Amino acid sequence: MADPIHQFEIHKIFSLGHIGNQEIAFTNSSAYMFGAVALVSVLMIGGSAGRALIPSRFQSVAELSYEFVSGTVRSSIGEEGMKFFPFVFSLFMFILTANLIGIIPYTFTVTSHLIVAVALALMVFLTVFLYGLYKNGLSFFKLFVPHGIPIYILPLVTVIEVISFLSRPVSHSVRLFANMLAGHITLKVFAGFVTSLSALGAIGIFGAVLPLAMTTALTALELLVAFLQAYVFTILTCIYLNDALHPGH
Amino acid sequence: MAEGQGKSKAAEHGAAAHTAADGGHKASFPPFESNTFASQLVSFAIAFGLLYLIVSRLALPRVGGVLASRQQVIDTDLNEAAKLKADSDAALKAYETELANARAKAQAMAAEVREKLNAQQEQAKAQLEENLATRLTAAEATIASTRAAAMGNVRGIAADTAAAIVERLTGTNPAPAVVNAALDASLKG
Repeated sequence: MADPIHQFEIHKIFSLGHIGNQEIAFTNSSAYMFGAVALVSVLMIGGSAGRALIPSRFQSVAELSYEFVSGTVRSSIGEEGMKFFPFVFSLFMFILTANLIGIIPYTFTVTSHLIVAVALALMVFLTVFLYGLYKNGLSFFKLFVPHGIPIYILPLVTVIEVISFLSRPVSHSVRLFANMLAGHITLKVFAGFVTSLSALGAIGIFGAVLPLAMTTALTALELLVAFLQAYVFTILTCIYLNDALHPGH
Repeated sequence: MAEGQGKSKAAEHGAAAHTAADGGHKASFPPFESNTFASQLVSFAIAFGLLYLIVSRLALPRVGGVLASRQQVIDTDLNEAAKLKADSDAALKAYETELANARAKAQAMAAEVREKLNAQQEQAKAQLEENLATRLTAAEATIASTRAAAMGNVRGIAADTAAAIVERLTGTNPAPAVVNAALDASLKG
């Protein structure tokens, strides 16, 4: 049976140098990252090249992405959140594109690697934390002291709020990483059943119909998950950024 | 060398990293291979930074501009349409006012003509009645004079008849004074 973990392996394509004794290499993951960046750029810049009053399909996709993300930002942060729009848009499009590329067989899924998801989540976390401090000063910490809580349980609530704030990047990153990883492993396992069953002869080929149908259904599900996880990541980013802008609950 | 990063880690972990998901094929699990983290982080930082730059400097302003200009065109068109509608409403109102005025004028005119005709008719009728009344009075006067004349003649006829009757009965012609006295007495009686 095909190894379902093989798809997550990182291969060095060429070396870029060393930081300390750690080799920095351009890997297949790097290639897919830059591929995603290129795809998003082509979509957004190419899509808006026509500047047509009545958009072509291509232009429609670019405009839909713009309006989808700007609508999300506007509805969850408000008009003042629009300064984060490029950031949120980059996040959404990067994750969505990386996820969607990953569904194509034989490709690599950038977001199925913990470190990438962690980097994305930490970036959001630090943006929220630093911008929150910059914008609100020390009153940013009111975030941990909810309004209207009786004084005798306030310390407990504050501790819980601090823990929940600090655990945000963990849940934020693991949600994305685990979903992509698990989905791709499941897909690969079922796809592996098809090849190993059909190797058994006529009965095996007949039997392989079931896992094949399952693989097809799972691919559709993964398509949904790819979009949904990008959206969930984006909407959580918006909610966290909203905390940075309006720390008073 | 390309496989080196994965394989060397696999060797380090050894049998301990074997899990059920691995199916016993390979030792390590790529997402947890920490020696690939630095490469991925560097690539990610460059790629995401690049994406952010492209998106914030190029892509979003362009798409936003297209959307804004479309919104502007739509707004202009809507305003134009609203203006045209207002114009047509005003024209319709003017037409209706004009129509109402014309109708009122026509009615006034008709009323005036009717009034005039009625007055004329009234006048003609009055004149006719006056005429008739005059003629009636004249006729009544004629009748009265004729009647008076007739009544005057009756006395003469009565005197003659009475004289004739007396002559026939008595053979003598009565004196007119006697006849007259007798007539006066009977007329009084």
